[in-house]
Amino acid sequence: MTTNAAVLEARDLSRTLDQPGGPKSLLRNIGFRLDQGQVLAVLGPSGAGKSTLLRMLNRLDEPTSGVVLLQGKDTRAMDPRALRRRIGMVMQQAYLFPGAAAANVRYGPAQHGIALQDSQVADLIQQVGMAGYEDRDVSTLSGGEAQRISIARALANQPEVLLLDEPTSALDDVSKQEIERLLATLVRERNMTCVWVTHDVAQARRVADLVLKLEAGGPSGFGSPQELLHA
Amino acid sequence: MLDLLFHTQMSLGLGQAAAVAVLAIIVAQFAASRGAKIGREIPLVLLRGIVQVLLVGFLIAAMLRGPWWTGIPVLVVMIFIAATIVRRRVPELPGAYTLSLLCMAAGAGGVLTVMTLLGIVEPKIIILIPVGSMVIAQNMNIQSLFLNRFLGEVRSHRGEIESALALGAAPERAVGPYLHASFHASLIPATDNLRSLGIVWIPGMMAGMVLSGTSPVYAALYQFVILSMIFIAGAVSCMTATYLVPRRIFTPQQQLRRLG
Repeated sequence: MTTNAAVLEARDLSRTLDQPGGPKSLLRNIGFRLDQGQVLAVLGPSGAGKSTLLRMLNRLDEPTSGVVLLQGKDTRAMDPRALRRRIGMVMQQAYLFPGAAAANVRYGPAQHGIALQDSQVADLIQQVGMAGYEDRDVSTLSGGEAQRISIARALANQPEVLLLDEPTSALDDVSKQEIERLLATLVRERNMTCVWVTHDVAQARRVADLVLKLEAGGPSGFGSPQELLHA
Repeated sequence: MLDLLFHTQMSLGLGQAAAVAVLAIIVAQFAASRGAKIGREIPLVLLRGIVQVLLVGFLIAAMLRGPWWTGIPVLVVMIFIAATIVRRRVPELPGAYTLSLLCMAAGAGGVLTVMTLLGIVEPKIIILIPVGSMVIAQNMNIQSLFLNRFLGEVRSHRGEIESALALGAAPERAVGPYLHASFHASLIPATDNLRSLGIVWIPGMMAGMVLSGTSPVYAALYQFVILSMIFIAGAVSCMTATYLVPRRIFTPQQQLRRLG
């Protein structure tokens, strides 16, 4: 590993789908570099390729060309499971697994042979503001509560990078503000490198150090919020 | 009444087949007139069914004169054809034909082989082909149910599956709950058949054996054997599928493919 390697770097990332009617470009020529603790907001309208970009970073989708580097190493050379443990993800919806909240939090580490102690689970659940909810069946949780548990579930793997795919867009206004504050606090406290997809310009301005604007699958701007997001 | 019109077994059989076919067409047309999406294809389906079953009848009649092992290629061909039918049920599944073929070869093929070697199924054409075809046909239905249900589960739980992958789960683990649910659901008809045997229904083969003069008690025991074979073949083929199908829906990079 080189000493000045970025935590996460994307170089000329593109993804094209082969379809019966001809190839369809979903994303093209995306590049960025994030150092430790930096938050990149990816902004753009629906269909701009924001989620596609995020999914290529943890290899839920495969880039057609270009490369993603984690701590200077090409992610294509890594075992996808190990990569996904190092790059956590919170999706638009919580998609919790049936059962107790604690079982959801234990899930990620268990995939790598690590059994979390009860105190560790309680600590993670407390960090997302859900203290005492360990044994609660997830089917009884509200949308905001479920999203908090999904955040604790992602953090349980102790990822180096956190990918957030519009984590507040499916929530009501009150929950939206609470979850945004919670995520911003957790990311700052843990000095995590983070890619935060949003279509909310004000949210990007509040949370990001860098902004990547996408339009119709291509980059339309990259820089600081002050440069790109005028009030 | 028909026996007054037809005096030979063959003519009586054709008369009976024609009578039920006409009744089936009338019922289908009535249902179609009430808005049901059946009707036009029913005469063709009936014609196809009678031609196919007559061909098998003639084939068995011809094969009765030959050695028992000539039934083996017939059953193998049946498994190949059954695999094409399963594939049509799940056209969006990559490699569905090979998968179904392997699963039914393990299920129906394996069970028929073991049962014949154990002497539970007598190696006689007159037994091997009808019993084999029943096991293969039911295995085909169970296999179709399994794959159809599984793909439905995957489509409706894509978010949960990708969440599991994003947490570092192996593909087999990510789809594990849906494999188990599909396994259970696909075997419900076979287990219900065993559960209700003799109480709710008397299966066709048992009825046929009784009509041909076999002891009703032996016919009942033999029917139990057949239904158990169907269950075992179904369970084996679905278990095989639980190992093989995750490879078809994930890429080598452990990404969930788009299905349909």
